[in-house]
Amino acid sequence: MLNQKKFIVSHAPFWHNGTSISERSYHTVLAAFPAILLGLIQYGAPALGVICLSISSAMLWELAFNKISKCPVTLGDGNAMVIGALFAMLAPATMPWWSVIMGTFVAMIIGKHIYGGIGGNPLNPVALSVAILMLSWKGVFDFNEAYRHYELGFSMAYPLAAVKNFGVSAISDFNAKDLLMGKQVGGIGSGFGLALIVGGIYLMFRGFIRWEISLSFLFGVGLTAMMFNASDPVRYAGAGFHLLTGYTLVAAFFLVPEDSSSPVNLIPMLIFGLSAGVLTVLIRNIGAYVDGTIFAILFMNIVNPLLDKIRPKAIGKAA
Amino acid sequence: MMIKRSFFGLAKPRFAYESANPAKPEKISMPKIVTLFCKTPYRGNGLLAVGEKVKTGQKVLLYGDSDAYIISSVTGTVSSVSSYIGDFGKSYTAITISASAQEETEDVFGKDPAEISLENAKKFLAFSPGAPALEGFSESDKSKIKTIVVCGVDTDLLMFTQQYVMKNRTEDISKGISILKHITGAESVVIAIPRADNSDSKPCGMKNAGAVGGASGAEIREIRSEYPAALPHMIAKEVLGNVVTAGKTWEEIGISFFSAEAVASVGQAFRSGRVPVNKVVTLIKKDMSKVLVEVRLGTPIRDIFNAFDVTLNEKDRIIIGGPLTGASVYSEDFPVQPDTDAIMVQDAESISAVSDYPCINCGECVRICPVNVPVNMLVRFCEAGKYQDAADMYDLYSCIGCGLCSFVCVAKIPIFQYIRLAKYELERMRLANLESEEAANA
Ligand code: SF4
Ligand code: SF4
Repeated sequence: MLNQKKFIVSHAPFWHNGTSISERSYHTVLAAFPAILLGLIQYGAPALGVICLSISSAMLWELAFNKISKCPVTLGDGNAMVIGALFAMLAPATMPWWSVIMGTFVAMIIGKHIYGGIGGNPLNPVALSVAILMLSWKGVFDFNEAYRHYELGFSMAYPLAAVKNFGVSAISDFNAKDLLMGKQVGGIGSGFGLALIVGGIYLMFRGFIRWEISLSFLFGVGLTAMMFNASDPVRYAGAGFHLLTGYTLVAAFFLVPEDSSSPVNLIPMLIFGLSAGVLTVLIRNIGAYVDGTIFAILFMNIVNPLLDKIRPKAIGKAA
Repeated sequence: MMIKRSFFGLAKPRFAYESANPAKPEKISMPKIVTLFCKTPYRGNGLLAVGEKVKTGQKVLLYGDSDAYIISSVTGTVSSVSSYIGDFGKSYTAITISASAQEETEDVFGKDPAEISLENAKKFLAFSPGAPALEGFSESDKSKIKTIVVCGVDTDLLMFTQQYVMKNRTEDISKGISILKHITGAESVVIAIPRADNSDSKPCGMKNAGAVGGASGAEIREIRSEYPAALPHMIAKEVLGNVVTAGKTWEEIGISFFSAEAVASVGQAFRSGRVPVNKVVTLIKKDMSKVLVEVRLGTPIRDIFNAFDVTLNEKDRIIIGGPLTGASVYSEDFPVQPDTDAIMVQDAESISAVSDYPCINCGECVRICPVNVPVNMLVRFCEAGKYQDAADMYDLYSCIGCGLCSFVCVAKIPIFQYIRLAKYELERMRLANLESEEAANA
């Protein structure tokens, strides 16, 4: 028929709830912003430099990979921005520029794109890159070293290093309120506990992260720390300290529940979070590393595909 | 009707079925032409010649070697016989009839109760409004299907066609149920009606259903008013306590579903001796307001749009059926079929695009799937064309086709379409295998 109007023909369902990947990304960065802001205030221009470089280099790596692999440009989904921002949150404000660029390279290319890009990565890209940097250049994640020249009006000792080397007596200056308010050294965006908690609650309520994973992780950290503390209160710090120091909070809300490298079924999510929490404290207390969060996450990422096989039986499935 | 994700994304979206009490359906003027789709693939004109005269209610056979027929819904002359290709390339024969001013109706059945038989029902009622599912029954093996479910609920959102029929055609439905019981030998009949959430807003106050049940010895069961509770699998599971084994047909399970309208058609046909030709349809406009319409089968949907001032522009969408399970069509010439319960139009602006992004493993689909399909894994295998693995490891056949996974997919993957394609491809492969086996054995 001539002059026939052209209608859109597509497949059911004809409604969508309006969510998108970019929305998830923007809200993740929004939730991280308060924590980053305190880092900027505390550490000043160097922190700003690391953040800008981290985000921009992450995006450039992604763009470069898109071009080289002749795939459509995927910057619009905001995932590169998230990875860049998260890397900066974990990094010390004084991180040299080449480490930042190296870090985002590992996260974007080795962590994400060689597995086919977003959704394909078996490991958390940011955790992977931090781990590789930690192992390859010992000093870059040494926070005591990093803030040698800073004087911020509170203890400049990295709390986890203090407790590891000198026992609980060394951390008597740290009280929970100060830790919550960010009066501790650490990654640019990982010290301000209160802001991270608020951001995390926001992400959980909006459904942008899976709360089961975050909460079971925190529970795992708290429980294990409590048990260690009960067994030897002189050597091992309590639950509150472990929950508020190191990467615990930033990991709970921004790293552990990363979509692609974590499970989606209920029981696996609980096991995943809990085990990551337990491992974190085990490494902190008896392992070689000051903060075990990163390695705990990577280890659980590897187990994830197996874990996620535990799932409710589909209804109607034969036997 | 909320169709966006709520601010607190943690909360599961709720989809309430339509519960308004529709007014009597509005009739529109007689269509000038009707088009009727016969289930046999087009192979030329067959027994039908263009120009042949047909009466309202007359049975029209197409090809000598096939039982497939249509029932003319108007009095007039056949103006064309052509091919129509539907979803997944399914081929139909489309018969177009130009209506004449004078209507003559064919009396199919006499008044003799002996004419109430399964054979007659199969011979004349397969094309009546509601499309009674009679193929599954056979005279020789009456024990196969034990339960008939009469659906006085609408399967998709925004529509109230079946609720209306259930409430307002009690007499025909009672009669239809008695006849169906009698001719099929089914042991029990269950009537599914919407559950009243609270007593003052009884959806289509189903008082009358009691009358139907009482008169015809059927059980009445209430269906939750939340999608997808009225999909056949959910009715089977929640109402009959009969979990459907994945991949089995309803026939194998022994349940047959009839819409309320289909049952009413059976009742009406044997009461009046004529095959009914009027179909009730919910028209869902762009602003999601709804009207109930009564039209002749085969009426082009254009006539309905014209009658209710629905204007369509380029890039709008026409959906036959509801928003979650319907099928879109490309032409306003598409006719109302015996199973068309709703016609929905969407404005170009409210159409959400799908994307070719991969699954990001957000898990939203897994949370919402009513039957625990691991959709996040399933979709990866379907995308890669690994249909057999999808069926063996990731529960492809448990999917009941509710479409909710696509609705919530953050990556906007057309998941439901992938699932349907996978099922279709596997079926095609199965048939091809059967054929080659037969060829080898012959
Ligand atoms: S369409 Fe999707 S959500 Fe619905 S049953 Fe199938 S897999 Fe589950
Ligand atoms: S909703 Fe879409 S993106 Fe999320 S897990 Fe399911 S298929 Fe993947």
